[in-house]
Amino acid sequence: MGRNNNMLTGKLKNRRREPISNTNLLMSITVCTFFGMYLFAMIVWGGGFLNPQQFLDLFNNNAYLLIVACGLTMVMISGGIDISGGGITALVTMVCVVYLDDHGGTVLGSMLIALGIGLAFGLVQGILIAYLDIQPFIVTLAGMFFARGMITIVSIAPRTAAHEEFLKLKQARITLPGIGYYGKSGNFIPAQIEPGVIVAITVVIVVAVILKWTRFGRNLYAVGGNSHSALTLGINVKRTKFFAYLLAGLLSGIGGYVYLLHTGAGDAANAAQAEMQAIASNIIGGTLLTGGVGNVIGTLFGMLSLKTITNIVIASGLTKPYYQSITTGLMLCFFILLQSVILAVRERGPVRLLLPEWLRFGEIKRGEKK
Amino acid sequence: MRNFFRKLTGSQLIIPLFSLLLLIVFNLIRDVSFFSISIVTNNQGYPVLSGNLISILNGASAVAIMSIGMTLITSCCKGQDISVAAVAAIAGSVFVSVLRSREITIPVIILAFLYACLVSVLFSLFNGVLVAVFKIQPMIATLILFSAGRSIAYWINGGATPTISNPLLAAIGGFIPGIPIPTPIIIMVIFLILIILVLKFTTLGLYTQVVGINEGTAHLNGINPVLVKLLAFVISGICVATAGCITVCRIGLINHETLLLDAEMDVILAVAIGGTALSGGRFNLYGSVIGAYIIQALTVTLYAMKVPSAAVKAYKAVVIIIIVVMSSPVVKEFIVKLYKRIFKKETDIKAAANTA
Repeated sequence: MGRNNNMLTGKLKNRRREPISNTNLLMSITVCTFFGMYLFAMIVWGGGFLNPQQFLDLFNNNAYLLIVACGLTMVMISGGIDISGGGITALVTMVCVVYLDDHGGTVLGSMLIALGIGLAFGLVQGILIAYLDIQPFIVTLAGMFFARGMITIVSIAPRTAAHEEFLKLKQARITLPGIGYYGKSGNFIPAQIEPGVIVAITVVIVVAVILKWTRFGRNLYAVGGNSHSALTLGINVKRTKFFAYLLAGLLSGIGGYVYLLHTGAGDAANAAQAEMQAIASNIIGGTLLTGGVGNVIGTLFGMLSLKTITNIVIASGLTKPYYQSITTGLMLCFFILLQSVILAVRERGPVRLLLPEWLRFGEIKRGEKK
Repeated sequence: MRNFFRKLTGSQLIIPLFSLLLLIVFNLIRDVSFFSISIVTNNQGYPVLSGNLISILNGASAVAIMSIGMTLITSCCKGQDISVAAVAAIAGSVFVSVLRSREITIPVIILAFLYACLVSVLFSLFNGVLVAVFKIQPMIATLILFSAGRSIAYWINGGATPTISNPLLAAIGGFIPGIPIPTPIIIMVIFLILIILVLKFTTLGLYTQVVGINEGTAHLNGINPVLVKLLAFVISGICVATAGCITVCRIGLINHETLLLDAEMDVILAVAIGGTALSGGRFNLYGSVIGAYIIQALTVTLYAMKVPSAAVKAYKAVVIIIIVVMSSPVVKEFIVKLYKRIFKKETDIKAAANTA
């Protein structure tokens, strides 16, 4: 398909004449939007937006979401969907707290449990979707139900971790040298990040490397772009899909532990709607649900944009939660329409936007080039 | 007999019917009194039917009505509308806000319902335009209203969760005096009959499936795919408004946060269990409705087994996985192969017996 032209024939063509790929175009729009939005907020509201700590808090508060969204990026590139992320995250928090407090567990053990839960979900979902050919939406929906139900079976009441070693780890902060802000009394307070952020950034880098430079990553794009072509090219489509879900499950498990490090509590309401926020981050970041297009760096900036707009809405005085979800909806709407228009303009195939004549600016551009 | 069996296994209805049968048999073994239906006198002094079966039929009516619209959308748009519950909350809020401003009489209720329908159809059309005109994947397009819908509902009633109590509304959500069957069941049946009549006497059903199976071919044959998709969303909007209003009448208040919470998941499940492929194409309306009842029957069974309400989800997930694994094409193929092998052996033995 046209979308993967760049990837498949990249080395044959002259680099300079090659147009920017859809993935990179959608990603650069998101990156520009994020920086534009943040600059705008800095100029108009100043205050908190000028504070580096507030920028870092975007990461501190949402490290788990970033990790879950990275797993989802891989699944979405392969053409599937995974909505079990939030459920697994919440289940991991609860099981780890119960293990640490009631069963005298160790921190290392709880980490292994988190990874185990994630892997178990990924394994089962991957087998069902890839090898039994069941629709991913239904399987991961069942996964979400199962995880959310299991939380209340493990413990109905919300729990707070009291394990000493764990609390030490939870309170650990990494001070960034040279960056900080002046407090009200004029003293310099250095900016801090939580250990979870390091994990999240590592995950982003690892996933980006996997997608860009490994055979599995390139296979993901091929499978998502056109699974039939991928099959005829000799790619093991089923195995590729299976590993995508397996990794997504594993990352959800890691995300759960990072969430626990941030809040230190196990609760059935933890990470509510995280799956939808992860999907929204991906969409804003330029990953398409149809598969074959996407980038994990885009996901990172998608998440940042999503959370920055919430901060902007709060800063502008609309503190009621419903304004935030309405602006999130509007922002999603804007990005979805933008992507639809861009892709329709770039695609030369039969799929074309049904817009009136005067809105079809893309075709005129193409004519000019020729 | 063989022909009948082949027809049955080929039918889309096999999975939902089989699952329903399984649930019934399970309940028969567990506790026969699960099926008992008794006539009790309700607090208004009228005799009404009561029992687990009635509560299954009653409780599933909102999801069943919404699953009708979802089936059409799934069939022609090759995707699902995940905003139905949020739009139902909007419709319910509009319904209540109209009722609160006037004295509640039957014409006012009808007016409020029509108004709710209008608003819900408009929101549905917003989804529809994104899907049909801008060619955005349905799940992505409806994610917008999914995240913003309940906030819009909150805004309509000024952030309050008003209660409305009136005998007329109680009659819609509960029992009409003198009729022992819960009104939601009656509304559901009327709705189903209407939709079936529409599908039988118009080409809507055929066109919907054609657009879902091959949009290009449909276009070449003179069907306007955009119009068909928009129509599916309009019908879904009406279904959603009905479901929202019934639920508001039943619980007697509008709470934008909890009205039909997670119902979109149940509705999509009902469609999937009902044998309609979530990737579009042929649809099965009866299957979807049966699917909705299966989900409710499962929930009621679990409650009857004293499973705590928050943990029901986990058991539900296991049953869902069993159902979808049974209906998975790979497993189906395997069973057909197995069946053929056994059957072939039988015929071989018969043939051998005949020649001998």
